[in-house]
Amino acid sequence: MTSTTISRIRQKQIARLIAGGKRLDGRGLTDYRPIQIVTGIIEKAEGSARVRLGKTEVMAGVKIDIGEPFSDRPNEGVLTTNAEFVPLASPEFEAGPPGEDSVELARVVDRGIRESKAIDLEKLCIIPGKKVFVVFVDIYVLNHDGNLIDASALAALAALANTKIFKYEIKDGEVEIKPGFEKLPLVNFPVAVTLADIGGTLIVDPGLDEEEVMNARLTISFDKDGKICAMQKGGSGTLSPQQIIEAVKIAKEKSEELRKLVVKDYAAA
Amino acid sequence: MPVFFENREIVTPGDLLAEGDFMAGRNSYKIGSKVYACKLGLVEYKGKVVNVVALNTFYIPSVGDLVIGKIVEINLHGWTVDINSPYLATLRASEAINKPYKPQKDELSEILDIGDIIQAKVIAFDRTRDPLLTIREPGLGKITRGQIIKVSPAKIPRIIGRKGSMINILKKETHCNITVGQNGLIHIYGRDPEDERIAILAIKKIELEAHTSGLTDRVTEMISKERGDE
Amino acid sequence: MNSMSKKVQLVDENGIRTDGRRSDELRPIKLEVGILSNADGSAYIEQGKNKILAAVYGPREVHPRHLALPDRALLRCRYHMAPFSVQERKSPAPSRREVELSKVIREALEPAIFLELTPRTSIDLFIEVLQADGGTRTAGVTVASLALADAGIPMRDLVAACAAGKADGYIVLDLNDIEDKEGTADVPVAYMPSLNAVGLLQMDGQLTPEEFEQAFNLALEGCKKIYELQKKALKEKYLAIKEAVEEAVEEK
Repeated sequence: MTSTTISRIRQKQIARLIAGGKRLDGRGLTDYRPIQIVTGIIEKAEGSARVRLGKTEVMAGVKIDIGEPFSDRPNEGVLTTNAEFVPLASPEFEAGPPGEDSVELARVVDRGIRESKAIDLEKLCIIPGKKVFVVFVDIYVLNHDGNLIDASALAALAALANTKIFKYEIKDGEVEIKPGFEKLPLVNFPVAVTLADIGGTLIVDPGLDEEEVMNARLTISFDKDGKICAMQKGGSGTLSPQQIIEAVKIAKEKSEELRKLVVKDYAAA
Repeated sequence: MPVFFENREIVTPGDLLAEGDFMAGRNSYKIGSKVYACKLGLVEYKGKVVNVVALNTFYIPSVGDLVIGKIVEINLHGWTVDINSPYLATLRASEAINKPYKPQKDELSEILDIGDIIQAKVIAFDRTRDPLLTIREPGLGKITRGQIIKVSPAKIPRIIGRKGSMINILKKETHCNITVGQNGLIHIYGRDPEDERIAILAIKKIELEAHTSGLTDRVTEMISKERGDE
Repeated sequence: MNSMSKKVQLVDENGIRTDGRRSDELRPIKLEVGILSNADGSAYIEQGKNKILAAVYGPREVHPRHLALPDRALLRCRYHMAPFSVQERKSPAPSRREVELSKVIREALEPAIFLELTPRTSIDLFIEVLQADGGTRTAGVTVASLALADAGIPMRDLVAACAAGKADGYIVLDLNDIEDKEGTADVPVAYMPSLNAVGLLQMDGQLTPEEFEQAFNLALEGCKKIYELQKKALKEKYLAIKEAVEEAVEEK
C-alpha cells in the first residue's frame, strides 16, 4: 500500500495503544526515537550536520558569505534560515517553491536560534553599516517519518556548532581573506521539542503515523537557561490551556536531554 | 433543566442554549448535556427540541424544492445549473424534453442556452453527488419575462409566511406573479414595471425585518404608501 | 529585540505604556459585520491603529476540482498585507511571513467550523490588513470569525484572539506596534471560550516558563473580553432594526 493516508484500523490501533500509555514502536509517551548526529560531512559547506531521528533524516548546511547589514541593524551580521522538503523525502513532497509547511518549519527553527540570541551577531560585523557576515542555514529534509521540526532544529544547531568562518583582514576598505578559521561565535543552544495530542494524551516526538492521527501539535523551543524562546501550535485541532501548561513542563525536561547531544560535541571541537 | 435564553432572542455560534434533557434541533449541536448554537439566529425552544432559526444561511437542496437557477454550462447530455448553492446542479436532457433525447439530432443549446433562467424542481440530492433537477412538470421551465431578485435563503420561510399568508398578501397587493425559489431566488412578473418595483421593495423589507414581529401589517402599510405616492 | 540600540521606554515608572494603557488593558476595538455586498460574509476591525478587513466566499464549488475533499469542506485562508499598510512600503507579493500566518490563522479557525456538513466544497477566507499596528494575526482571527458567522457558516464557537507579552519587565496585554518590535516577548493566542480550546498559540522572545504562564493567562482573559465584543457586533445590526421597528410601533 503506497498511499500515505493512514488506514482506519491503524488509527484505532494507535489511539488504543496511547490510551494505554504505549506507542506503536513500543516507546513511552515522552520518549524520543533513537537520535544520531553526525557533523562536518559536507566539506564545501562552512558547517554541516545530519540528524537521524528514528527514520526521519534531515541535513543542515551552513554557508557564510559577506553582505550588507539590514539598515536598522548596521552593526549586526545577518542570519537567514531556509528549509527544503526535498521530493525524494516523501511521496507527499512535490518539487517546486516552498509550501506552507516548509516555510513554517524554517521560520520556527529560525525563531529558536534568533530569539535565544544563539549567534552573537555583533561579532559578525566587519565594517559597520557596510559589510557583515551573512549566515545561511539551509535545512534539507531527506526522509520524512515525522517530527521534522525537532530534527531540523537539532540539525541546524549542530551545523552551527560545527561552523567555521574564515579569517580576514580589512585592506583599503576591502575584505581580504587570510588563512585560518575561527569558530562561529555560538553563545546559546536552542532546542525544539514537539508534542502531539492524540485523544487527549500528550506524546513527545510524533512519528509519521502518529502525525496523521494527531489532533494538534505544540513545538516549544528552550534555550540553555531553560527560557522559552519560541512556540508554535500546529494542526487543525485544539489544545486545552491545561494541556499547554503541561506540555511546557514536559518539553523543558526533554530539551535538556537533547541539548546534551549537541553541546558535548561543541565543547570538544 | 435550565434554558438560558428567551424564545426568539438573538443567539450567536457557541452560545449555550440549554443544559439537560434537550435535543439539538436545527443549527444547534450538543456536547454531553449542553446544547449550543452553531449559527447567528433566533433561538426557538419547542418542547425538548432547541432550534436556531438562522438569520443568514446558504442553500442546501432538498428533494422536492422549487428552485430558480441559471444555465452556466452545456454538457454532453444536459446542462449545469447555478442554483445559488454550494453545489452546482445538473439538468439532464431527459428531464427537460418530453420526447426521447437524440444527441445527434437535438441541439441542447436551442432548448436552453447559457444564461437562461429556469424554474425547476430538485429531484435528487445527497452529499456524495451534485443535485439533479427537472423541468418536466407544469409551471416549470424557462423564464422569459419579469425580474429575478436574490435574498438570503434563510428569509424564504418568512417571505412565504405561515401557510403562504405573507406571499399571498404580496401577490394580491402588488398584482404580481411571484414565484419563490427555496434557494433564495424569487421571480416577479407584474403587468406593470411599477408593480414589480413595489413587490421588490416589499420583499427587501421582509428580508431586512424578518426577525421582528408585526411585519405583515407594516408590509401592507408600506405597499399602500408606495401606491399612494403615485 | 536589539540590546545595543538606544533603549525605548515602553512602560514608565507608574506602569503606564506608550499609548497610556495599563498592563492589562486592551486597545480600543471597533467591529462591524456585513460590510461588503459581494462576499457571502464579511467583517471589519479596528484595534488600536490596526485596520483589517475579512471576507468569506463559500461554501462553494472547489476550484481546481481535484482539491475537493470527499467528506468535508476545504478551508482556504489568505492573510495579506496591503503595500501601504506599513511604514516602509511592502511588496504585494506574498512574503514568507504571510505564508506562515495564513497557515496558523487557518489552523485557528478550522476547529471552529463544522466542515463535515458541506463536503466537496471550499470555504475561502480572505484577510486584508489595510493598516498594521502590531497584533495583526490575532485581530485577523477575530475579524475572520465574524465574517464566517456572517456568512451563516455553521460554527462550534466564535474564535477570539489576542496577544500578550513582556515589555520593560512587565507582562502586558495586546501589544501595540512598538511593544511588538522592541519588547521582550510576544505570545499570540486564539481561543474558543465555550469549548475551552486554544487553536492558535505562538511565542517569540525570551520568557521563563512562569512568565509564559502569566502572559498566556493574560492573553486568555483578553480573548474572553474580545469574545463578548464579537457577540455584540454580530447582533448589533439586527437589534438596531428591531429597536427601530419597535419605536415606530410605539409612536403610533
